Amino acid sequence: MSDYLSRLEAEAIHVLRETAGQFERPALLFSGGKDSICLVHLALKAFRPGKLPFPLVHIDTGHNFPEALQFRDQLAEKLGEQLIVRHVEDTLKRRGIPDAKGKFPSRNPLQTHTLLETIEEFGFDACIGGARRDEEKARAKERFFSVRDEFGQWDPKLQRPELWNIYNGKIHKGENVRVFPISNWTELDIWNYILRENIELTSIYFTHERTCVLTEHEQLMATNEFITLDEHDVIVNRLVRYRTVGDMTCTAAVESKANSVEDIIEELKNTTVSERGATRMDDRVSEAAMEDRKKGGYF
Amino acid sequence: MELLRFFTAGNVDDGKSTLIGRLLLDSGSISTDIIETVTRQSKATGEHATIDLALLTDGLRAEREQGITIDVAYKYFSTDRRKFIIADTPGHAQYTRNMFTGASTADMAIILVDARNGITEQTRRHTIISAVLGIPHILVCINKMDLVNYSEARYEAIKRDFSAVTAALSLNQVSFIPTSALSGENVVHPSTHMHWYTGQSLLSFLEQIPVQPIQSHDKARFQVQYVIRPQTTELHDYRGYAGTLWSGKLQVGDNVQVLPGGFSTRIQTIEHNLKTIESADAGQPVVIQLEDDIDISRGAWIAPVSELPVMSDFVQGTICWMDNKPFQTGGMKLLLQQGSFSTKAFIKEITYKIDIETFEKRPSDDELKLNELASVLIRTAEPVVFDNYKENRTTGAFILINEYTNQTVAAGVLEINLQH
Repeated sequence: MSDYLSRLEAEAIHVLRETAGQFERPALLFSGGKDSICLVHLALKAFRPGKLPFPLVHIDTGHNFPEALQFRDQLAEKLGEQLIVRHVEDTLKRRGIPDAKGKFPSRNPLQTHTLLETIEEFGFDACIGGARRDEEKARAKERFFSVRDEFGQWDPKLQRPELWNIYNGKIHKGENVRVFPISNWTELDIWNYILRENIELTSIYFTHERTCVLTEHEQLMATNEFITLDEHDVIVNRLVRYRTVGDMTCTAAVESKANSVEDIIEELKNTTVSERGATRMDDRVSEAAMEDRKKGGYF
Repeated sequence: MELLRFFTAGNVDDGKSTLIGRLLLDSGSISTDIIETVTRQSKATGEHATIDLALLTDGLRAEREQGITIDVAYKYFSTDRRKFIIADTPGHAQYTRNMFTGASTADMAIILVDARNGITEQTRRHTIISAVLGIPHILVCINKMDLVNYSEARYEAIKRDFSAVTAALSLNQVSFIPTSALSGENVVHPSTHMHWYTGQSLLSFLEQIPVQPIQSHDKARFQVQYVIRPQTTELHDYRGYAGTLWSGKLQVGDNVQVLPGGFSTRIQTIEHNLKTIESADAGQPVVIQLEDDIDISRGAWIAPVSELPVMSDFVQGTICWMDNKPFQTGGMKLLLQQGSFSTKAFIKEITYKIDIETFEKRPSDDELKLNELASVLIRTAEPVVFDNYKENRTTGAFILINEYTNQTVAAGVLEINLQH
């Protein structure tokens, strides 16, 4: 079995089964984006004909694309699996945390609070996520089983060595583990897998017309109720698609006419800009933005 | 398309991260926005007029500040021929355990040698670790050739010295390439300064070397990870054993034994990709149903009756100690984990230590410090089902976990010891 997609798939299924075997209360974090959709697909391969040994959990920032939320609900229903949704809005109100401000008010860092609350509410000891090492250089240092302390914090200098196919998920009470089964996949691998497996996705990954505001970094941000426009803003109508499905307040669209998975693969082979570079505003804050968020409990 | 996984090891200043950065940059694998960011950072440190290639791989703030690689960084790139996963491992002595980690999943090792310094203690250590972990192929990049005037004599002298190091080790295959990562010679593009070298550039070598993903025999070894029991009306009696077939081939109807229990039965069905199949191949994740209803738990092995693995509650293995706190004989409660199997264990004796620079056996002083290698005798609560690591890289590998701290404190490879 030397085909690379089959090797990556086997590795991910192995990690998912280890998670189910080693933890009492795992959960799969599901956003309706392509990476988590692939995770669900892999989980079905790992555990059918049984039920998934974990619920699907979504931390809803309130700034999600409606298309992604709809897709999320439909998929959970079609599969007959449990979906738990917790809202950042509720956490902010209950704990009096100030909401995100500014022209593009990203709740991306704030969702860590809700994630940690949800982990506590259900006593999850492992949370499976679709983060990939190729996304970002701090993520390139992540383990498959990433142990977090009682505060959800990541300590990159004290990571457990991970060898062969052996994953040490032993933790003390209160700690939990973030599990990343598709660590070794790249953006292009995901798309090649979606093509091979004929996986259904939400419509915003494919070309559509959208009204966008052009940001100072020449990024296209869809106009929506959460962002503040002013008179200097340049508003354009473009044929776009999304490379990642994050919040509407911090995820930019890319100009594209790609109408099928094949088109997208062709487009990605020729692009010169990275996935997060093309689409995320939140990583531009500093060179170590991701490392700092992860140390604080983020994925 | 095939996948090749390799790791890189070398001294702090051998230019390892630079070599990887060069490989990624010249093969067109780095996006323009990342090049811009790194160029900006390179100029900010003031030492680099253009681009500091090492910044492409050093991901943590402390690494950028200190200019060293602390942890394993994984990098991905592909060409039209192959997809590659690189584990860039630290060179510092105190991070040897990270190298062990990066090496455990690799199909190949790249060891960097600074052409000015030649073979050093660390070269020896990295080579020995590669040998212990049974890496099928080692490629030695003799780097910084620009700083020795591209001397063929220097290159040949280092090759000779390296062969002396490996004489005592059972290494499968060793190859050499003279490179200059900084100026990009023989990395992706051939060098214009080394006409005496007629071999391949690094990239073309990586594209063409045969992939040997799992170094193992062809005896079937399947380990149960998870038991699937839907308990629905239609599938009331369904009991499927989910796991990966790590080596060999299994077919419906095969006579198998379940270990350590020892029950014999036959394979009733095999499922892969949600479909029923007649036979499974090495590397495939599958779900197996057996003809007899026997109690099998996670971690059990299923193997053909005719080709059984070894089973023992005394195992001999070569370990690398990975914890900051040294091991002292007597008392330390451990867990031995092998794939999905885990049992209480303790180290009964440190049989001998292995000098990591000479590969010689040294008498034990009853203590194991971070990064030390030793042959140990381990007593386990439940018997371990295994093969010699040299013959099976999955069934022969294990880690030791400290029961109190939950840390992975050692990793090791098993050998069959007929004394016990």
